Amino acid sequence: MRRSGTEGVSTAGGFVVYERRRGWVALDLRELWSYRELLYFLTWRDILVRYKQAVLGVAWAVLQPFLTMIVFTVVFNRLLNVESGDSRVPYEVFSFSGLLAWQFFAGALTRSGVSLVGNSNLLTKVYFPRLVIPLSAVLAGLVDFVISFVILLVLMAAYGIAPTWQTVFLPLFVLLAIVSALAVSLWLSALNVLYRDVQYVIPFLVQLWMFVSPVIYPIDEIQAGALRIAFSLNPMTGVIGGFRWALLGQQFPGRYMWISIAMAVALLLGGLFYFRRMERVFADVV
Amino acid sequence: MSDVVLRTTGLSKMYRIGGERQAYRTLRETLAQLARRPIERIRHPGAATHASEVLWALRDINIEVKRGEVLGVIGRNGAGKTTLLKILSHITEPTEGRVEIRGRVGSLLEVGTGFHAELTGRENIYLNGAILGMTRTEIKRKFDEIVEFSEIGRFLDTPVKRYSSGMYVRLAFAVAAHLDPEILIVDEVLSVGDFSFQRKCLGKMEDVAGHGRTVLFVSHNLTAVTSLCTRAILLDKGRLLADGPARDIVGGYVSSGDERESSKEWCADRALGDERARLLRFEIRQDGREARGGIRSSETIEVALTVKIDRPSPKLQIGFELLDGDGVEILQTFHTDCESLEVLPAGIHALSCDIPRGLLNAGRYLLRPLVALYCEEWLISRADEATLRFDVTFDHSPSEMWYHARQGVLAPCLQWRQSTAPGAAPADV
Repeated sequence: MRRSGTEGVSTAGGFVVYERRRGWVALDLRELWSYRELLYFLTWRDILVRYKQAVLGVAWAVLQPFLTMIVFTVVFNRLLNVESGDSRVPYEVFSFSGLLAWQFFAGALTRSGVSLVGNSNLLTKVYFPRLVIPLSAVLAGLVDFVISFVILLVLMAAYGIAPTWQTVFLPLFVLLAIVSALAVSLWLSALNVLYRDVQYVIPFLVQLWMFVSPVIYPIDEIQAGALRIAFSLNPMTGVIGGFRWALLGQQFPGRYMWISIAMAVALLLGGLFYFRRMERVFADVV
Repeated sequence: MSDVVLRTTGLSKMYRIGGERQAYRTLRETLAQLARRPIERIRHPGAATHASEVLWALRDINIEVKRGEVLGVIGRNGAGKTTLLKILSHITEPTEGRVEIRGRVGSLLEVGTGFHAELTGRENIYLNGAILGMTRTEIKRKFDEIVEFSEIGRFLDTPVKRYSSGMYVRLAFAVAAHLDPEILIVDEVLSVGDFSFQRKCLGKMEDVAGHGRTVLFVSHNLTAVTSLCTRAILLDKGRLLADGPARDIVGGYVSSGDERESSKEWCADRALGDERARLLRFEIRQDGREARGGIRSSETIEVALTVKIDRPSPKLQIGFELLDGDGVEILQTFHTDCESLEVLPAGIHALSCDIPRGLLNAGRYLLRPLVALYCEEWLISRADEATLRFDVTFDHSPSEMWYHARQGVLAPCLQWRQSTAPGAAPADV
């Protein structure tokens, strides 16, 4: 049994105080940590339910990125002549490596956007740090990610591409992907509680976002300069660039990577504070 | 004082009821409003930008609860009971005032919070336990005990969507009953489940209370409040009306609702329900007249409801429930119970139902209207403001040996048969 809420002002005698909070509040990540088991169980629930409900189950997690890759290859590479920007890397592997990161991000946004509203019965009946909900929605996507990653390895083996030594840095870029996904998810999930039409905007947002991320084209197509900086403001540009560098040995984005990282961290911090500020009204509004 | 574990000071909670009575907005509306506001300011300088209605769900509540106390919280619907528990459970924050609380709090505002239909009983025990605040090791340790208490046995690995509602509730309660907090906050969870299981849960709660645990307990079941609680508070429209020994408070509450009422009427814009069905009138009649209090058990009692339907639904069920004077349900009935009726079209309808003569005992009964969409949602339930109260005089027994009222909620004249018992028959060859 946990001690309920550490965020109230503790007074003498071991009392915890609940009263109206005004303005910005502390993040209180220590409390979040004390609820890690709940996070584990909610993530576990999301994963369990998804693979139980889907008729195709795991097959779906394999088919979806694979078929998307086929369509991209046919349409963009064969018909529109988009190249991977690197003669060693066939477009199939190139687009799949982009999709690997992209689908994790897109899935996280889609699931977490409606996560608070979808769990309204929990929000109105039990106390826990509300951050747990979008966080578990993001983390649940890691299972699909691992499945996709295995497919990528098979694909690379089929095309005779050996992983490079940079692969050891891949976990860092996975972390950047998680940070980026969580950052945007916090904003969207909180906004969707307050403005219920946000959930209709999310699919559209995800669609547009993919085209400004280098999933189907190499980022080097964009010339260095202001435009390249603008593209790098999108954290996913950094994530995908990092994935391709680590896995396929493509050119490292260089200092543009720092722009993406800074943006991801800024979005995450902003998202965390905004979420914490808004969470006190969730139970009344949801 | 050292043994106070919970204290509220000037606790108040305000809800803003917008014109459209919805809490959340859409981004589209907000943006449109932002665009409009400067123009409105120019047009009507000084006017309040948004005159929304304000509702104080709780107003200036000051209570102190000591360790080991079992506090009952009673009051009509909308009195603020649930809001109080939600603030004490840290789910929502007070608008004014503060709560000081000491010790581990376990709150149980609903049985089976977070249960997922697709998951098995076993999986749901872990999930629900974690949601209620148990650690994984704690759940593991109590797992067998929980399974045994729930009586679900071999269905442990079946998805709960295949459970009967009774099994579902038993499993949910079993998990909750094994919470081990220092302060337990419970909202009206005993109204679910079958009677024997309710008894078992009450027993478990007595157990908890007996172990020096502090319990806050909301219930409509006043008998449970008197038997479980040492102390009770009565809330009315968000204010604390009374605070004292449970028996006194419950007694005062029951007699305060003493006015016998045999009919209630509402105009369409204040009626209960929504466009799918609004209750305009609810009454009890006997001998074709509105029965003013005095009801005789020897005559049929007619319960009549007038409803206005704007949006017809084939799932609509209109009915009522009969309760005894302590608020314990005796029966529920709906107009769809016996024969399949036509879907009620839009318009105003008068429905009536007979409670057969020779059924009720002497004493106080309550009638509450019920309107639901079958298996979907309640439009009207537990509507205390629509409750009718009536007293029955027992006069239906033709027997000279049954003049006086007997024990029991009902007093039907049942048919008896007599024949010679085979064992006692004289042995003839």
